[in-house]
Amino acid sequence: MTAFEPVIGLEIHVQLATRTKMFCGCELVFGDPPNTHTCPVCLGMPGTLPVVNAEAIRLGLMIGEAFGGELAERLVFHRKSYFYPDLPKGYQISQFDEPLVSGGRLGDVGLERVHVEEDAAKLTHAGASGRIGGSTSSVVDYNRGGTPLAEIVTLPEIRSAEQASSWLRLLRETLRQLGVSDVNMEEGSLRCDANISIRPVGDTTLGTKTELKNMNSFRFIEQGINAEVARQIRVVESGERVQQETLHFDPRTGSITSLRSKEGSHDYRYFPEPDLPPVQVPAELLESARASIPELPLQRAERFRTELGLHEESARLLAFRRALGDYFEATVAAGGPEADRQQIANWIGNDLVRRLDAGEDTDPDPAESKVEPASLAELVALVGAKTINRKAGEKVLDVLVAEGGTPGPIVEREGLAAIGGGDELRPVVQAALDANPDAVEKLKTGNMKPIGAIVGHVMRETKGRADGGEVTRLTREILGL
Amino acid sequence: MTDPISLSVVDAAAALRRGELSQDELFTAYRDRAAADDTNSFTWLADDATTALGAREGLPGTDTPLAGVPLAVKDLFCITGVPTASASNLLRGYLPPYTATAIDRLQEAGATVLGKTNQDEFAMGSSNENSAFGPVLNPWDRTRVPGGSSGGSAAAVAAGLAPAAIGTDTGGSVRQPAALCGVVGLKPTYGSVSRYGMIAFASSLDQAGPITRNVADAALLFRQMTGPADRNDATSIGWAGDGGSGSASAIDLPTAVRLDGVRIGVPTDLLGEGIEPGVRASFDAALKLAESLGAEIVEVTLPHARHALSAYYLLAPAEASSNLARFDGVRYGNRADIGDGGLVELYTKTRHDGFGPEVKRRIMLGTYALSSGFYDAYYRRAQQVRTKIVEDFRAVHQDVHLIATPTSPTVAWGLGERTDDPIAMYQADVTTLPQSLAGVPAISIPCGLSDGLPVGLQLSGPAFAEQSLLDAAHALEGALGFDGTAAFDPARGAGAATPGSATTGGASR
Amino acid sequence: MIDRDTVLHVATLSRLELRDDEIEPMARELSAVLDHLETIGELDLEGVEPTAHVLAERSPLRADEPSPSLPREVALDQAPDASDDGFRVPSPQA
Ligand SMILES: [Mg+2]
Ligand SMILES: [Zn+2]
Repeated sequence: MTAFEPVIGLEIHVQLATRTKMFCGCELVFGDPPNTHTCPVCLGMPGTLPVVNAEAIRLGLMIGEAFGGELAERLVFHRKSYFYPDLPKGYQISQFDEPLVSGGRLGDVGLERVHVEEDAAKLTHAGASGRIGGSTSSVVDYNRGGTPLAEIVTLPEIRSAEQASSWLRLLRETLRQLGVSDVNMEEGSLRCDANISIRPVGDTTLGTKTELKNMNSFRFIEQGINAEVARQIRVVESGERVQQETLHFDPRTGSITSLRSKEGSHDYRYFPEPDLPPVQVPAELLESARASIPELPLQRAERFRTELGLHEESARLLAFRRALGDYFEATVAAGGPEADRQQIANWIGNDLVRRLDAGEDTDPDPAESKVEPASLAELVALVGAKTINRKAGEKVLDVLVAEGGTPGPIVEREGLAAIGGGDELRPVVQAALDANPDAVEKLKTGNMKPIGAIVGHVMRETKGRADGGEVTRLTREILGL
Repeated sequence: MTDPISLSVVDAAAALRRGELSQDELFTAYRDRAAADDTNSFTWLADDATTALGAREGLPGTDTPLAGVPLAVKDLFCITGVPTASASNLLRGYLPPYTATAIDRLQEAGATVLGKTNQDEFAMGSSNENSAFGPVLNPWDRTRVPGGSSGGSAAAVAAGLAPAAIGTDTGGSVRQPAALCGVVGLKPTYGSVSRYGMIAFASSLDQAGPITRNVADAALLFRQMTGPADRNDATSIGWAGDGGSGSASAIDLPTAVRLDGVRIGVPTDLLGEGIEPGVRASFDAALKLAESLGAEIVEVTLPHARHALSAYYLLAPAEASSNLARFDGVRYGNRADIGDGGLVELYTKTRHDGFGPEVKRRIMLGTYALSSGFYDAYYRRAQQVRTKIVEDFRAVHQDVHLIATPTSPTVAWGLGERTDDPIAMYQADVTTLPQSLAGVPAISIPCGLSDGLPVGLQLSGPAFAEQSLLDAAHALEGALGFDGTAAFDPARGAGAATPGSATTGGASR
Repeated sequence: MIDRDTVLHVATLSRLELRDDEIEPMARELSAVLDHLETIGELDLEGVEPTAHVLAERSPLRADEPSPSLPREVALDQAPDASDDGFRVPSPQA
C-alpha cells in the first residue's frame, strides 16, 4: 500500500498590538460591551473613508524584519469583496499582489508573505428572536471590526501536525517577544487556518488542498490536521479525489464538516483600494521598525548554545520562554565565571519550574518567586562542589521556594551538609559491607547489581547526606575491585 | 434696497458683513422661494438657518468669509442630523451622525445650509432622472432635463432658489448640469477638496465643487472648501496652488478682464461628430471672443480622449459596485421586508427594492468588469487607458495653458428622451470625462444660447491650475455678458410659458 | 455578449435580486453597453502601466492616537433592526 505524506501550510492571523483600529481612531479594548467602540468609519457609514494607522504598518514591518523577509517599499491596499454581516463595507481592505513582506523564514519553516489587513466584526448567534415565524437571528458587534491584523502565510513546508503545532508555538513566542501582538488564542488575537494536502511519499507535486479553518488551540490544531490528513488518505485510498473546499473541525466530536461556500462562489474581485492611493513606506517607520527588534527566541537559543554551552534542548526551553531565559541569565551572572551553566539550566528548567507551575496554560515567572537568582546560583554551586548532594539540594530548593533566603543557613539548619569524602564516609561504607555479606560475594564476582543495597544502607545511616557516587567508589576501593 | 435674491455670493457676503442685510432676512428670502419651487430641485429644506448646523453650536458670525450666505447642498453630502439619501430609496430617511468635511469647512467659513438638492441616485446619471425623489426640471424649460448628476444643485442656482450650490463631479456631474442650466460649475483638481462625508460613487474620480451664478462666487466657495489636507481622507491633499503654496487663501478672487498671453488649446479629437451645430456655433463664437481678449487659440490633440468614455464607464461602475456594497440593510438605511427570509434575502431583496434601475445596471457592469476572468480585459485595460489619457494631458500642457471644449455636446434635452437608451445618456459626458480621468481641474461657464437654451464652455488646465482657470473664465465671462439670473422666474425667464423658445434674458451676443 | 447565466452569476456576486422579467432586459442592456465600450479593446496597451489613481505617493498615514467613538445609542440609531446592544440580522446558520 502507498504511504502518504501530508503537505501543510499555515495561514495565521495575528491582531496587532496597536491602541486604535487599522483605519479609524476607535480604541481597541477587549471585552467591553458590544458596539461601544465604533465610529462612522468602522461602521462603514456612507461617505466615510479609511486612513492607515502607521503603527500597524510599523508592527507589520517588525514581523518582516524579524523573519528576514523582504520589506515592501510601497504600501498598496486592495479591496477583497464579499457580503457578510461582520464586514460592514462589503469588502475587506487587505493587501493582494504587493504584500508588506515577502519571503522570510522562522526556524524550520519558510514564509511566503506577511500582509496587513482589517479584522471582521463579531457575530453572535442570538437564538429565537421572537419575530414572526420564530426565525433565529444573530447580533453583530463591531467593536472588533477594523482591528489591525497581520496575516502570516507559510510555505507548504510542514510535514506533520506535531511540526505545525510546535512551529506555531515558536511563532507565538517570537511574536510575543517582538511585542507586536498579545497572541492570545482564547481572545482570538492569534488564529490559525491550515492548508492541507497529501501526496505519495517521494512525490514532489502538490495534491489538491483543503483549508481547515479557525482552530483556536494548539491541541485542536494537532487534532484537526491529523483528522483531515486521515480523511484525505481514506478518500484517496477509496479511489476518490480530494475536493478543494473549506472545512471546519469540531473538536468536541473530532468531525470535519464542509463549510458550504456561500452561494457557491468565491470571486473576491480584488482591485486597488481607491480610497488609499499607494504611498511610499515612510523611511522613519522603516527605521523605527528595524531599531525595535529585540533578540528573538531562536537567536537567544543559539547564543545559549554557542556562548554558554547549553545543550540544544535546554537552550530552546529557556530561550523560548522569555521569563525563564531572563532568569537563567540573571542566575548565570550571579554565579560568576565558575558557574556550571548547564546545571543552572537544568535546575531552572526542571526543578524550579516544576515547583512554580501554576497551571497548564500559565507560564511561571521565577523572577516573581522568592528564589533569588544568587541563591539558586549558590545552591547549584554547593551541589556541584558536593558540599550537599542533589537530594539535599532539592530540599534546599523547597525551602527557598517556600521562604526565600540563602542556601548556606538552610543547609546548616536542616543538617543537609554532605558527609565528606573518604575519611568520614569510609567507616560507614565498611559497616554496610559488613552487614551485607551476600551482596559482597556477588560484588566480588563483578556483579555490580547489589551496589544498590549498599548505597541504600549508607543513605539510611547518613540520613541521605552521602554521595551515591562516592559510596560506590569507596566500595570498589575497599573490596579491591 | 436691492432684492437680496439678486445678490451674488460675494455681494451678499459683503452686504451681510456691512450689516445691510441680516442673515435671517437672506435665509428667509431664499427659503420662501425654495419652498415654492416647481423644478423639484430640493429633497429637503431647512426650517431656518439653525436647522442644519451639523454638530456646530450656533450660527456663524457675519465676520466670516461667507457671513451667513445660505447654500444648497447636494443630497449626497452627509450633515449631522440632516436627511441624507443620495436620492436613493435605500437611504431615504438616513440621518448621519457626522458632517462632510467640505460642508463643515463652508459652515466654518460662515455658510448656512438652506437645503439638500436633488440628484441622480448615488450620482449615477447625466439627466437627474434617476432620482428616488423624481426628476428635476430645467428652469429654462420645464420640459427638459437639467443635466446630472448634480441637477438639483444646478437648477436651484439657475432658478434663483439659492445663491449657490455645492455639487459633486465624477465624470462631469458639476460641469454638465451647470452648462445645461446656464450657470457656472467648477470641478477642482482631484484631491483638493476632501471627500470625507460625501457618499461615494467612484472614489478615484469623485470631487466636490461649487455651482454658482458667476466665476468669482465659484472662486470664493472653492477657496473655503479646499484648504489643508483633511486627516480623515487619505486622498485629500488640499490645494497645492499654482505655486504649490498649499495654503487655502492662495486662491484670489478673479479680477482679470484680458487673456493676454494665455494659450488655449482646442482638442480636435473631442470636436468630431455628436456636437450639435448650435453648441458648436456658440463655442466658436466664445473662442473668437477669447482671441479678441488676447488669448492665442491653437489646435491640440488628445489622442486617447475618445476612449475616455469606455474607460470611465468601466472604472466608475467597478468602483461603484464596491462602494455600494455597504448598502445592505444592516446598520442604516431601509431593509426590505424579508419575512422569514435569511441573510441572502436580507441582501438581495434590500438591494433590489432600494436601488433604482441605473444603479443596478452600473453595479452589475462594475461587478462584471472586476470579476474573475474579465478583470484584465476590462478593469485593468481601462486603467491603462487612464494612463494614456493622463499622458495626453501632460503632453498638451507642455504647449498650452488651458484646454477649451464645449461642456456638453448638446443643450438640455427633453425629459424621458434618453431614459431607455443608456448609451445615448452616457454620450452626454463625452467632453467632460477625459478631464475627470486625468484628475485635472475644469470649469464650465455659460457661453451663449442655442435654441434658447444655455450652452456651456469648458476650460480645463493642469492639476492645481484653478487660479489660472478662474482668472481666464472670469475674463471671458465679463466679455460674454451672460445674464446669470435669466431663468430666475418663469415669467422673466423663458421656460415655463413657452417651452423651448427662450430668447429673452440670456444673450450670446 | 452577456447571457442569462452570466447575468444571474453577476447578480449573485452583487447580491441583487433580479425578478424573472428583469433578467433579459439586464442582459440586453449590459451587452449593448459593453459592446459600446469595446473600443478600448482596439488600443495597443502593451507595457502601459495601469493608473489606479492619479494621486500617487501623497496619502499620509495616521498616528495611532484614539479619537472618540460614537455613543452606542447613536451607533445603533439608524439600524433597521437593533437589539439593545447590537445590529440584528437573520442568522447565517438559518
Ligand atoms: Mg486574511
Ligand atoms: Zn471606528
